[in-house]
Amino acid sequence: MPTVDDYVARIEGTCGEEKDIIVVFKYDKKDEAIANIRKKAELKNTLAGIILEMSFKDVSFRVYTSGKAIFRSIKSKEELYKILASLLL
Amino acid sequence: MHTLSLEATDMFETARERIAKFINAKDSAEIIFVRSTTEAINLVAYSWGLRNLKRGDELLVSLMEHHSNIVPWEIISKINGFTIKYAKVNPDGTLNYEDFENKFSSKTKIACLSHVSNVSGVINNVKRIAKVAHEHDALMLVDGAQSVPHMPIDVRDLDADFLAFSGHKMLGPTGIGVLYAKKTFLEKMDPFQGGGEMIKEVSFSGAKEQCDISLNDPPWKFEAGTPNICGAIALSEAVKYLQRIGMDQVQGHECFLTNYAIKRMQECSKVTLHGPTDTALKCGIIPFSVQGLSSHDVALFCDNYGIMIRSGFHCAQPLHQVFKLQSSARASFYIYNTREEIDRFIEVLKEIEKL
Repeated sequence: MPTVDDYVARIEGTCGEEKDIIVVFKYDKKDEAIANIRKKAELKNTLAGIILEMSFKDVSFRVYTSGKAIFRSIKSKEELYKILASLLL
Repeated sequence: MHTLSLEATDMFETARERIAKFINAKDSAEIIFVRSTTEAINLVAYSWGLRNLKRGDELLVSLMEHHSNIVPWEIISKINGFTIKYAKVNPDGTLNYEDFENKFSSKTKIACLSHVSNVSGVINNVKRIAKVAHEHDALMLVDGAQSVPHMPIDVRDLDADFLAFSGHKMLGPTGIGVLYAKKTFLEKMDPFQGGGEMIKEVSFSGAKEQCDISLNDPPWKFEAGTPNICGAIALSEAVKYLQRIGMDQVQGHECFLTNYAIKRMQECSKVTLHGPTDTALKCGIIPFSVQGLSSHDVALFCDNYGIMIRSGFHCAQPLHQVFKLQSSARASFYIYNTREEIDRFIEVLKEIEKL
C-alpha cells in the first residue's frame, strides 16, 4: 500500500512571512506524483508546461515539473499530509 | 611524530600563514580556524563577550545584520544583562551612519557590523565605524562573510579588532571559516571550547583531587580538538587561486556584472529592485521582488531553468522589516558568472512576469 512518504523526499517550511511550504518529490517518483496530482486537482493555469497552477478543495498550489510543489495557507503538517494523501494516493 | 602527520601539520600552518597574508594580518597567530562566520562570531561572543560585557554595558549593532551577528549577542545579553543598541538603516538600505555614531557612548564596549550586507549588497564603511569605536575605547567586530570573498581586505587598514569570514563563499569548502583577531586580545581572551590541542599541560594533583591546566598560546588556544585540517588547506588553495586572479579583478568583474544585471532587470516591468542600484555603494548582490509572486515562487521558477537564486529572509529578518517586505528573492554573482548567464536570467524573469 503506497504512502505519502513513498513520493515525498522532503517538506520544507520557507522563511519569510508568507509561510509557504515546499514539497520536494523523490526524484524517481516525481513524474508519477505529478501525474497523480494532475488527475485529481484542477488545473487553473500553466506556464510553458513547467509550472502548473492548481487547486484542490479550496487549496491553491503550484507544481513545478522539476519535482517541487509550493503550497500556501496550510495551517499544519497534518493538514498538508491529508491533502498530499488525497492528491498522491 | 609520523611523517604524514608532520606534513599535515605543516600544510595546516602554511594555510594559516597564507590566509593571514591574504587579509594583511600582522601575525599568523591572529588567524583562528573555525567552522564558519557564525562560529567565529560565537567565539568572540562567548570568549570575549561573556566575560567582558556586564549589566550597564552597551553593544552596538545595525539592523542590516545577518542573524549570526545578532543572535549570539542576544543570547549572551540574556545571561549578562548588557544592552544591545540597534543602529538604523536608511530606506534605501544604506547604513544610517549618523544614528550608528550617535549611539556610541562611554558605555559602549563593542560595535559589530557587517562589511557587506548579505541582503542588499550594501558596503559599509567599517573603517569609519572602527575609528569611532576606538575613540570610545570600544572594540570593533566586522562580519566579513560577504566582503572577504569579493574585494581586497586589509585588516590593518580597517583597524578591525575582529573579522569573521567563511570558506564556502570564496571557492573553499563548507565547514571551514576564519576568525581574525588582534593578538593582544587573543592573549587576554579565555578559550571558547576545551579539549586537546588548546592546552600545554593537564596535570593531575592527587592531593588536590583536580587537574591543573595551562593553556596553549593563540591561535591553538582557540582550536580545541582535531581541527578541520583538509578544510583549512583547501581554503588556502582557494585563496591562492583568488590571489592569482587578483582581488581587484574579482571586484571589478562583479561590479561589471552587477551593473549589467541591474540595468537589464530594470527592463522587467513587474520586477522591483530593493536597496541601492548604484554599484559604487554595493557588491554583487541584488535583492528583488516580482509583483504578485512570493520570493519562493520566483526561486522555484528559476530553479526549473537551472538558475540558483535565494529566497526568503536570507537570515536577515530585521532588514526585511525595514524594507517592509515579506521576503525577497536575491540574485548574486561571483567570478564564475558571465554576462550571458545574466541574459538568460533576464529571459527567465520575463517568463515569470507572464505568470
